Amino acid sequence: MLKSSKPYFGILVFPGTNCEMDCFYVLNNILKVNCKYIWHQETKDDDVNAIIIPGGFSYGDYLRSGAVAKFSPIMSFVRDFALNGGLVLGICNGFQILLEENLLPGAMLRNNTLKFICKYVNLKVEDINNPFTSNYKKNQILKMPIRHNEGNYYIDKEGLKKLKENNQILLRYCDENGIVNSSTNPNGSVENIAGICNEKRNVFGLMPHPEACCEKILGSDDGINIFKSMIEYISKLQ
Amino acid sequence: MLKVNVYVTLKDEILDAQGLVIKKAIKQIGYDNVNEVRFGKFIQLTIDEKNKSEEEIKKEIDYLSDKLLANPNIENYKYEIVRD
Repeated sequence: MLKSSKPYFGILVFPGTNCEMDCFYVLNNILKVNCKYIWHQETKDDDVNAIIIPGGFSYGDYLRSGAVAKFSPIMSFVRDFALNGGLVLGICNGFQILLEENLLPGAMLRNNTLKFICKYVNLKVEDINNPFTSNYKKNQILKMPIRHNEGNYYIDKEGLKKLKENNQILLRYCDENGIVNSSTNPNGSVENIAGICNEKRNVFGLMPHPEACCEKILGSDDGINIFKSMIEYISKLQ
Repeated sequence: MLKVNVYVTLKDEILDAQGLVIKKAIKQIGYDNVNEVRFGKFIQLTIDEKNKSEEEIKKEIDYLSDKLLANPNIENYKYEIVRD
């Protein structure tokens, strides 16, 4: 599937997406890699070798976050792309879309605080053996912003067991010392889960916004390594 | 024309934070006999029967509910068909 080794990112845009320009800025201006927007009405794209589904409120979050976006024409291409091993990163609403599309297991509930949360949180890197967090150190503590209303990740017991067995939990909410417990859980997510990948490890969804913390001037540049990890992974492919 | 009333609620095992807040408010109003509140969604579909049998219509509603109206990972749905 990944025919080119030169990174070329496609950033999906749905009606209501609002973080696409931040992703474009990080990739194009900071990391100097090729990228382009892909409007949701497109049915395919032959150029890109990584897809980002950015944050926002696709279709106004009507019905459930991400529930309507999964029926956009581009999503069947994304599905095939992912099933063939292509890298797909879903940020916030993008994560919700990937869950609704069943490219990742589980579902999102409303935050247990019943509040829209917009703040910096700490995250613990639980796994680095994947194309998305390989540039971090295991157990590294990151600082990234979250801004969501439905980030309360839910998965049943059996699903959780599978996630753990396969090391699919990549990020958990913690405090600045790496403590993971209910007091460091901002939204009620099962076991403080902030980001997971699929079994094949080529699809990653996370609620925090790495694209919003890629330069020190913004308060943190901890997000940049997610994009760098992806770029390195693609560049190493034959 | 048929009217189909679809009710979507969170599964029993899932903590319903909105339901809890509503229950609290009911208590504040002064009613302490409401033991549980489950919050859900009500969706009404108006369907052209097009000579389809009730069984076929039910199959369509089940399909739509599983695929779009409810998320089977967290929600249950039920519906009633109302004839005008």
